Amino acid sequence: MIRVVLPPHLRNLAQVKGEVELEVKGKPTPQSVLDALETRYPVLRGTIRDQTTHERRALVRFFACEQDLSLDPPDRPLPEAVVTGNEPFLIIGAMAGG
Amino acid sequence: MSGVRVLVGTHKGAFVMTSDAKRKQWDISGPHFTGWEVYHVKGSPADPNRLYASQNTSWFGQVIQRSNDGGKTWQAMEGKFAYDGEPGTHKWYDGTSRPFEFKRIWHLEPSLTDPDTVYAGAEDAALFRSTDGGQSWHELPALRQHSTAPNWAPGAGGMCLHTIILDPKHRDRMFVAISAAGAFRSDDAGKSWRPINRGLRSEGIPDPNAEVGHCVHRIAMNPSRPDVLFMQKHWDVMRTDDAGDSWREISGNLPSDFGFPIDVHPHEPETIYVVPIKSDSEHVPPDGKLRVYRSRTGGNEWEALTNGLPQSNCYVNILRDAMAVDSLDSAGIYFGTTGGQVYASADAGDSWNPIVRDLPAVLSVEVQTLA
Repeated sequence: MIRVVLPPHLRNLAQVKGEVELEVKGKPTPQSVLDALETRYPVLRGTIRDQTTHERRALVRFFACEQDLSLDPPDRPLPEAVVTGNEPFLIIGAMAGG
Repeated sequence: MSGVRVLVGTHKGAFVMTSDAKRKQWDISGPHFTGWEVYHVKGSPADPNRLYASQNTSWFGQVIQRSNDGGKTWQAMEGKFAYDGEPGTHKWYDGTSRPFEFKRIWHLEPSLTDPDTVYAGAEDAALFRSTDGGQSWHELPALRQHSTAPNWAPGAGGMCLHTIILDPKHRDRMFVAISAAGAFRSDDAGKSWRPINRGLRSEGIPDPNAEVGHCVHRIAMNPSRPDVLFMQKHWDVMRTDDAGDSWREISGNLPSDFGFPIDVHPHEPETIYVVPIKSDSEHVPPDGKLRVYRSRTGGNEWEALTNGLPQSNCYVNILRDAMAVDSLDSAGIYFGTTGGQVYASADAGDSWNPIVRDLPAVLSVEVQTLA
């Protein structure tokens, strides 16, 4: 089970509180986690990554295990601690502007 | 008992304000979608409880919200916006070509007859339509694919399609306006378009017959006379009596003919309203006085409406979609400011009162007249 932490605006949009837990088929990667997230919450399509190109939106970042994964290839496997559910996959709205 | 519902989009959320026909006491709900820019909220003429809202942030992009109960509750729609086929290119500020790139929805225009059909005006300029209540969106691509589109260039606020007017008499006719391409008309429900900018004059466009390139800020129509349109251009207030085939200037004695909103009295089609702003480089009211100007002669002769509006030290702006009129017997006029005030007049502009003073910057104001 993959634990995902959404930024507050997206928690409101998806109408969830706290973390989201996702079952991800195969080796979890940022891409497969986002696929599962958007399947469960279709309203989030386009809010984290472009719905057509799947490019990460410029002001959204991905973190896990105190590492910035934003610039990693989207099909790179996530850290083992995320795969085992010990650490969450964090989706962050970049701190930019007021 | 009749009343009104004022729908306000702001820089940090949406607000719904209701009152009876006296328009003195207001109930205010919101903010809805706190923290998101809400460019526009508008109700369906066919079902006043059906509302649509455009919410956006630079972080998370575009979301359309829908309410089926007059704004008490909202549902985020899953449909997204994608250009139909190749995006094509437009001109950038430096004259180079740049691909069309979807950024946000500026304006929502529900169908006059079907609550589930709604049009959306996008930046970069394109027209979308939903026929399932906002759940899915499809571009009407003929506009963006118009032969002039490669020469369209953005205004300072972006290359936005900000005005959509559905003609109540000619079923397949609609008007749109784009900053800074100009005005366009379709007579076949969006299958084809033609620029309607003849008679517009703009500094910086040396060709007086240029088909496109004009920075149209807003167009308004009284539904009883759909061939008569009024336009607030970047500079100049204009009118057409032939559905845009030709325009003439009606700025007359305005203290400045720069501004953003324009609207028409609901029962007097020759009575129009603008809010003059000092200049395109300053964006503040002349002399620090917030004055709505009204013409009862279809333009050229204007009177300042000041009763209840600040007449000193006022330096707010009124954006293009931030003025609306209701259709009660004594016409109500409404506008919102970048300072967060929403003003209402229940006597066609003779006197004004603030509904609320301290909202985030107001991006849009619409009003529904409720039976």
